[in-house]
Amino acid sequence: MKETLQDHAALSDIFNQDEPRVNWHDETLWFVRTKRDRAVNTIPEWELLRETASQIKHNVLSNLSSYLEQFEANAIANGVQVHWAADAKEHNEIVHSILKKHAVNRMVKSKSMLTEECHLNDYLAENGIEVVDTDLGERIVQLADEPPSHIVLPCIHKKKEEIGDLFHIHLGTAAGEADPQVLTEAARQDLRSAFLTRRAALTGVNFAVAETGEIVVCTNEGNADMGVHLADVHIASMGIEKLIPERKHLGFFLRLLTRSATGQPITTYSSHFKKPRPGQEMHIVLVDNGRSRQLGREDFRNSLKCIRCGACMNTCPVYRRSGGHSYQYAISGPIGSILAPNLDMKKHADLPFASTLCGSCSNVCPVKIDIHDQLYKWRQVLVKEGHVSPVKAAGMRGMAWMFSFPAFFNIAGKSGRWFMKYFPFMVNNKLNPWYKEREMPAPPKESFREWYAKREKNKK
Amino acid sequence: MRVGLFIPCYVDQFYPNAAIATLQLLEKFGVDVVFPKKQTCCGQPMANSGFSHLTGDCDELFVENFAEFDYIVCPSGSCVLHVKDHLHSAKHPEKAKEIRTRVYELVEFLTDVLEVKELKAKFPHKVGIHQSCHGLRGLKLSQMSELVAPEFSKPEALLNMVDGLELINLTRVDECCGFGGTFCVAEEAVSSKMGKDRVADHVNNGAEYITGADLSCLMHMEGILKRQKSNVKVIHIAEILNAE
Amino acid sequence: MSSRDKILAAVKASQPQLTELPKVTIPQSAEGLAERFTTVATAIGSKVYEISDLEEIKAIVSAQFNSSSRIISSLPEMQDIAETDIAQFDPHSLENVGLAILKAEIGIAENAAAWVPESNAMQRVLPFITQHLALVISKSSLVPTMHQAYEVIGDRDYGYAAFIAGPSKTADIEQSLVLGAHGPRSMTVFLLK
Repeated sequence: MKETLQDHAALSDIFNQDEPRVNWHDETLWFVRTKRDRAVNTIPEWELLRETASQIKHNVLSNLSSYLEQFEANAIANGVQVHWAADAKEHNEIVHSILKKHAVNRMVKSKSMLTEECHLNDYLAENGIEVVDTDLGERIVQLADEPPSHIVLPCIHKKKEEIGDLFHIHLGTAAGEADPQVLTEAARQDLRSAFLTRRAALTGVNFAVAETGEIVVCTNEGNADMGVHLADVHIASMGIEKLIPERKHLGFFLRLLTRSATGQPITTYSSHFKKPRPGQEMHIVLVDNGRSRQLGREDFRNSLKCIRCGACMNTCPVYRRSGGHSYQYAISGPIGSILAPNLDMKKHADLPFASTLCGSCSNVCPVKIDIHDQLYKWRQVLVKEGHVSPVKAAGMRGMAWMFSFPAFFNIAGKSGRWFMKYFPFMVNNKLNPWYKEREMPAPPKESFREWYAKREKNKK
Repeated sequence: MRVGLFIPCYVDQFYPNAAIATLQLLEKFGVDVVFPKKQTCCGQPMANSGFSHLTGDCDELFVENFAEFDYIVCPSGSCVLHVKDHLHSAKHPEKAKEIRTRVYELVEFLTDVLEVKELKAKFPHKVGIHQSCHGLRGLKLSQMSELVAPEFSKPEALLNMVDGLELINLTRVDECCGFGGTFCVAEEAVSSKMGKDRVADHVNNGAEYITGADLSCLMHMEGILKRQKSNVKVIHIAEILNAE
Repeated sequence: MSSRDKILAAVKASQPQLTELPKVTIPQSAEGLAERFTTVATAIGSKVYEISDLEEIKAIVSAQFNSSSRIISSLPEMQDIAETDIAQFDPHSLENVGLAILKAEIGIAENAAAWVPESNAMQRVLPFITQHLALVISKSSLVPTMHQAYEVIGDRDYGYAAFIAGPSKTADIEQSLVLGAHGPRSMTVFLLK
């Protein structure tokens, strides 16, 4: 996984050098958005479900410490071992220690954005443990040595021919084979042997029920279940915000999750893991890693309601035209842009600005997170904390000063469109980013205020 | 009824015809309209860039200019939304609060306050509506495509009163044009691409004109159309509603 | 201080004032459940057969599936075509199962999901490792939505249970739908009168 020093704008610029590919990426994700629209429009009570789910999650955030204790007690009573990790490092160490105890050096893993956030695979690799990602999309990006570019569709940035090339090298499929059916079958055969031979399986967690101590994992492929049910050890990693109060609340979230994510009425599998299989060990690792800090940020705590459906990415016109990797965080797109600055403001200062604040993300969000309002609010925080370039800061101060003096505004207007000088995008030259693909508005003979002054004079 | 005409800075400078049409349209409906000359900017470009703490003087000036009116009307959804959401005054907090409830975007003022049911306007052209995001999702001028809720569109209702006008259908009814204030230069590549795609949807569906209630988006799309040497033009909705 | 105590203390200090859980009931029509279930099931790639007797399953199975494949069933009525006791087997030994015929407890009309608790699955891995899956659902156990399904489930105890809706699938390669990702390549539902 390569580190880069470029920001979202610079990486988007590179992404946009291949316009047909941008069109393809945009249309592929827009297709998912239209599938979502079709699915949600079959549910007349959709907006009520969103509102209710949002309120349930609000209750969770307001009572999280009690729910965590309740969940822990119930999980322990169910025979599950519960661990607490304050940060990514502790999470990785806990997972490693469990594997070490069982002398396991090969593990299968189903999708878990938390383990991406914690860079678990890299950590385990350094400690001599091989991890096989079993979600097809995740397996593909793992073979390509890339991070996922989307939380639900990890390799949505890859064309089938590129995947065919990868599979040719790693799985021995025929050169030039790019049929999704054939490639999926090859992965099925390869991963089946992994499932049958690994003694430990790690899964993520979609929902954890405080009332019962059970966890729910949703997949379409069945990879989480194949891994867990054939392994001696099941490790489930979850952020502490994944809790919901009662089992019956799953009804709301499972109705919302997949319709929002892919437009399916539900994932193929919604697996409820409550107790380990006889003879099996089950571990749950509860991870904070900045979540309690975000909970304390009044303006941003609602971001913790996220159920990771990815709908905000599919609808985001910027995400569709910049690709997930331009965000340089495990969770890309609008939701990632309000989560990432909580972990590292300096590193992720570009993300809240990677938006037009169009608001479509907030409208598709199944738990009604005010995503675009939070992007706006993060901008204010990042500027105040000094994470915005001094040039921009000086320009903005000049603009603010000028706008507060009407007399100066008028003089500047008369002396030939003050706008050209003071709006950064209004200069007609090749260095101006506006001018690269757009013409300037033609300056009219007179401004409105000049016209209006004349009219007032003529009236008298 | 006394209305303070709030003309955004870039409209004043680059699109005086839209401002004139707004003024004339309101006067046609018997409204007493005044343009306070000391107005400058609502402060949105700074606030959206993260510098809302610098907009204090802008805000005070806005309150001084507009506190006296029954309504404040503006031909830009984005600027109206900014005032509605963010106008604050240390000197006159009550007045600022009042203004936030009395500031209207032109289309909503026509449909909701003046309750316009008919218009004398003629515009025999094929027109595509650009639903500007702040007008759409902020001011709720139309139903948003993401929600499961009854359809409505205030700009469409007004345009349907215009003789000879034919509205075209878009493939993506309310996608953003990519202007986004300083986003248009800070994220030039994505912004331009979004603009090109938005324009293409109108052009491919046969629009002769692209209209909307926000000139910032129209300015962006005009920049793209002109670069492409397209015959398709942008026009503010006030100019269509005022066209005879 | 342990990480547990640190996290709980930090959460407690940060969490906002307590808000109530919403009290909402979602009214649902119980009309045409079998038709709705069948429509959705078909749309997500399942085959649905309406049957009035379990014996009918055998004819359909022999017509639809390879006769040489290993069949396992939780239904004692299937013992002449299937193995019906696998409790003592190592789950890995189910690797070569061709078809599993299992009883589901609930079917949901809105999404064609079927509730299969561990006791019905025989072994947790069976509904996943089998090449093909068939579920028997009583028409009387159909409910309109997830809400009613969880009402039926209530506080029942189980070690493991799953909603299963259709065959295993993926669309990870360019959004092209492929059935048979890791689990069953096909799903057959027998709706029993």
